[in-house]
Formats: sequence, C-alpha cells, structure tokens
Amino acid sequence: MSKLLPDDVKEQIRQILSTMQNPIKILYFSENEGNCQTCSETKELLSAIEGINDKVTLIEKDRNTDKEDAEKYGITMAPSFVLLDDNETYKGVKFNGIPAGHEINSFISALLEMAGTPIEIDEATKKRIAAIKNKVNIKVFITLSCPHCPGAVQNAHRLSMLNDNIEGEMIEAQTFQAISQKYDVSGVPKIVINDKHELVGNQPLETILDQIEAL
Amino acid sequence: MLNLNISSSPKPTAFTEDKLWDLIVVGGGPGGLNGALYAKRKGLDVGIIAKDIGGQLLNTTDVDNYLGYTMIEGEALSHKFHDHLKHLEVPIHQDKTVKSLQKNNQDFTLTLSDGNTLRAKTVLIATGGVPRKLGIPGEKEFSNKGVSYCTTCDAPFFKDKHVVVAGGGNSAAEAILDLAQWASKITVVHRSQWRADQVLLDKIHALDNVTIHLESQLKEVFGHNVMRGVKAYDKVNDKDFIVETDGLFIEIGNIPNSELIASLVETNDAGEVIVNPNQQTSLKGLYAAGDVTAQPHKQIIISTAEGAKAALSINQYLNNDYILKENNNV
Ligand SMILES: Cc1cc2nc3c(=O)[nH]c(=O)nc-3n(C[C@H](O)[C@H](O)[C@H](O)COP(=O)(O)OP(=O)(O)OC[C@H]3O[C@@H](n4cnc5c(N)ncnc54)[C@H](O)[C@@H]3O)c2cc1C
Repeated sequence: MSKLLPDDVKEQIRQILSTMQNPIKILYFSENEGNCQTCSETKELLSAIEGINDKVTLIEKDRNTDKEDAEKYGITMAPSFVLLDDNETYKGVKFNGIPAGHEINSFISALLEMAGTPIEIDEATKKRIAAIKNKVNIKVFITLSCPHCPGAVQNAHRLSMLNDNIEGEMIEAQTFQAISQKYDVSGVPKIVINDKHELVGNQPLETILDQIEAL
Repeated sequence: MLNLNISSSPKPTAFTEDKLWDLIVVGGGPGGLNGALYAKRKGLDVGIIAKDIGGQLLNTTDVDNYLGYTMIEGEALSHKFHDHLKHLEVPIHQDKTVKSLQKNNQDFTLTLSDGNTLRAKTVLIATGGVPRKLGIPGEKEFSNKGVSYCTTCDAPFFKDKHVVVAGGGNSAAEAILDLAQWASKITVVHRSQWRADQVLLDKIHALDNVTIHLESQLKEVFGHNVMRGVKAYDKVNDKDFIVETDGLFIEIGNIPNSELIASLVETNDAGEVIVNPNQQTSLKGLYAAGDVTAQPHKQIIISTAEGAKAALSINQYLNNDYILKENNNV
C-alpha cells in the first residue's frame, strides 16, 4: 500500500503490537492552513498503525480550528500527536513531527507501554520518579537519522508515563527549525528540561532524574 | 524510511535461569554477532549481552566493502546480521550492559547493568570502540554546540553552513562525503597524510567546496555560546591559522571499549586488548574480537572474521582444555 511502510516492516510491527494489552487513542493534530510539510506523511503513518492493530484508534484534529483540544494538550505546532490511555487520560506522551527513521522505535515502544506493557525500570528508580512533585516538561530534540535518539525519547516518555507531573515531548528538529534554533540545537539528542536545563546526548534515565530532582 | 530495531521475539527468559553458559558474548556489533553465530552452529549454549544490535554499523551511512554487497546501509547490514541470529534462535539480551566481569576458578561471573549476574565457562569480549576525542581546549565546552562526533545524526543542522572535519581516515572521508550533501563548504584539517581509501579520496577531490589542510593540527575550538571557529597549527609552514566555522566534526578514530577487562588481561598502550592468533586474551577462557583488539585494521569484515575465529577456538577450548580440567578435578 504505502511507500512509508513496506510490507515486511508492517508485518514486523504487526507482530510487535500484537502484545498490546489495552486500547489506546492517538490524538493527532494537523494544520490545514499554512503549509504543514510533513502532515500528510505523519497521517499516513498513524493511519497505517491504526489499521495494523484494532486496539489503536486514531482521532484527527486541526490545531487551529479545534482550539480547545489544542490548548488542552498544549499543542503548539503541527504535525503533533499525543497518546491517551484506556481511560482517555493524557499521560504526557507527545510527539512533534513524524516519528519515522530511527524514531519509529520510540514510537512503537510508547504505544506498547501506553497499552499496558510493563515498563522495565527497577523499583527504586520508579519510587524516585513517583516522588517528583513539581511540573516538569522534557523536550527531546532529535533527527530521524540519529540512532541514539530513540533511547532519549523513550526515557522522557517513560518518566511522563510514571508521573502525571511530567510531560515528555519529542521534537523533530528538521521539521521544526525555528524552535530548534531557539534552543540552539546543533547536535542531537538534546534534552531540555523546563525550557532551561540542557542535557546533551542520550543520557541514562538516572541522569535525567538527577537533573529533575535538582530543579 | 523506517529503521525498526525492536525485536518481536518475547524477552529471552534464558537469561533469568540460574545456569552455567558455555559462552557469553559481550557486544552486539559485527564481531559479537558473528562470534555467537559460529558458537551456536558448533552446538554451544551461547547468549549475547548487548547495549545495542549493530554497534558502529548504526552510525555508518554506506558500506561498500563488505563482500557480497556492492553497497548497503550500515544499519541494513546490521538487520541482516540480526535476522541471521534470530533464525538460529540465539538468545540476545538487548539494551543491557555488562558492568563487571570476574573469573572464579575456571568460570566467569558477569554482572549486568540491571544488577543480575550470569555465569559462563567462557566469555567473548566484542565491545568495539567509541569515538576518540581531540582533547583540545573548547572541545568539551562546544560539544553539541557545533562540535559533533556523529555525522549521520547532526549533518542536517549544517545545511548551507561551513564545517570543519578533523581526521584523515575512512570515517573522516565518509563524513566529508555525507556532509557535502548539506554544508556549503567543508574544510578538512588533518595532522598527517590521508589514510583513507583511494575510492573515497577520488570522490572528495571531485567536490568543489572542500579545502584540505594536511599536516595541520587542531589546537583550540573557540566561540561564544556556540562555536565560531577553530585554531590550528600548520606544521609545514610552522604557523597557526584560524578557520571560522559553524561546526566541527571529529572523526579521528576510536578508543577501545576495554575498561571492562583492562585489569584482567594484557593491553597495549592504546588500551587495545592483546590476543593470540586464536583470539585468546592473556586470561584463559576469555577471548576478544573486533575493534577492541590490538589488530590495526578496524573493519566490519575483520571484526566478523575475528568473532568466528574466537568461537571456533572457544569450542576447541571447551572440548579439550575445559573438560579435561574438570575431569582432573574429580
Ligand atoms: C562512521 C563509520 C563508518 C565506517 N564505515 C565502515 C565501512 O564502510 N566498512 C567497514 O568495513 N568498516 C567501517 N567502519 C568500521 C566498522 O564499523 C567497525 O570496524 C566494526 O563495527 C567493529 O565491530 P565490533 O563488533 O568490533 O565493534 P562495534 O561495532 O563497536 O560493536 C560493539 C558492540 O558492543 C556493545 N558494547 C560495548 N560495551 C558493552 C558492554 N559493557 N556491555 C554490553 N555491550 C557493550 C556496543 O553497544 C556494540 O553493540 C566504520 C565505522 C564508523 C564509525
């Protein structure tokens, strides 16, 4: 069908997603006005995923006309999407830009974990994560050709799934050049916590946690 | 394009059993994967512990010197290797690192990043290497603010910009060719003469936006918040020069990932593990293959070949030495 998802990759994804436990929703924000270059590709990928597993439901919104939703989920660019769990709760897992290339890995892993696959983090670390009381936003800038980036995105998303105060967002740097420039991104992955604390490279979860605890 | 890397196979339970493995391979690059493949075919009970599958292949755009492929992406080649191992049902513990290794009597105990331990009769270290740093002022300060060690990751940020590439080997040459698709201008600074393959050099010389300074040593990265340029020393003319640039890609080879066993075995001055022609280290039962060893040619086909040699030697060791000793002990 699509050039984006060749049959063999589709089959692999089908097998991986077959272990999904609970239904989840992908709330996808496109942008009709303006020239959203990667919206159609992103929608194609998300639709394909919806078609592969019946536990995935895709809902499309427009970030300009569906203002209320865009505001509720803090959508500031397009394409952008968030995952909702089986209670339709937003746990802070957001992707800005298409998670293609290497980033397909962080996307698939977020789908699985949002659908109930246990997150493989030891109990002591989970306790530390649960204890975080202040609001935390983690931006992870990536490029699609970066093999170390999905690990960083996965860490941010895991933190947000384990604590409602934490939001983790992937930002595909080439699509969103202006915001990347604003944050002086010239190497990836680049992790920015609460818009000011920067970590460079794919840091272990513990290092990100150290930084958050020091806020 | 999608670079799917997640395995659909259920998490290998083999690694939670309390047992004595014939062989544990540390590393998921070409050396480790081929070592495990050969061991499995010899009938050994083998498992792989790897931080990732592919190793440096994941950072390599095009490979055109692996026999059988005129041209293949590094990552695609790693998928082919991985598929081959899945086909042979070799258990792989992915996303795990080995934190420490100990020898007790004949056998080895490996402690993993998650705190679990494994026991094995033999161990193959195929941990490869990580990019070498220049060690000059400003390099660390401007790391990811212009200074990069991953061309495939960061090249897109230098669209229509001027970048410097440090190095003169094959990885530097490949970085130049990758960057040429993005950057407006590339300046190469290398401390000696080219060591890259002629086919790559021919492609570089055909580009019209590449300036080359051989016999020139980088001395400093400077800037303010972001990097602005580099200072270098021209050895031939005995004078410093400055290149104003937005980025510096450092491709000056690797340092071996040998800390894990550095205190257990003989290494050379560069920290590379010294092995005999059977890939055996100075510690019996402990083998090493690929870029982590002291062989000078860091290549995929050489790493895979060393992995194979190691596995075959390990099989011999287990059949002869290891069992004989056990019998003697009885
Ligand atoms: C940019 C670039 C381009 C290249 N191009 C070519 C080319 O065109 N042709 C060619 O033949 N060669 C090329 N090479 C060289 C080639 O990639 C290497 O020689 C080869 O990958 C070495 O294989 P290896 O298995 O020894 O090590 P690596 O590929 O480095 O793999 C090491 C593995 O060990 C893992 N590891 C390390 N420490 C631990 C630990 N403690 N616990 C668990 N796992 C661990 C790593 O995660 C990785 O999986 C290139 C290299 C680079 C960087």
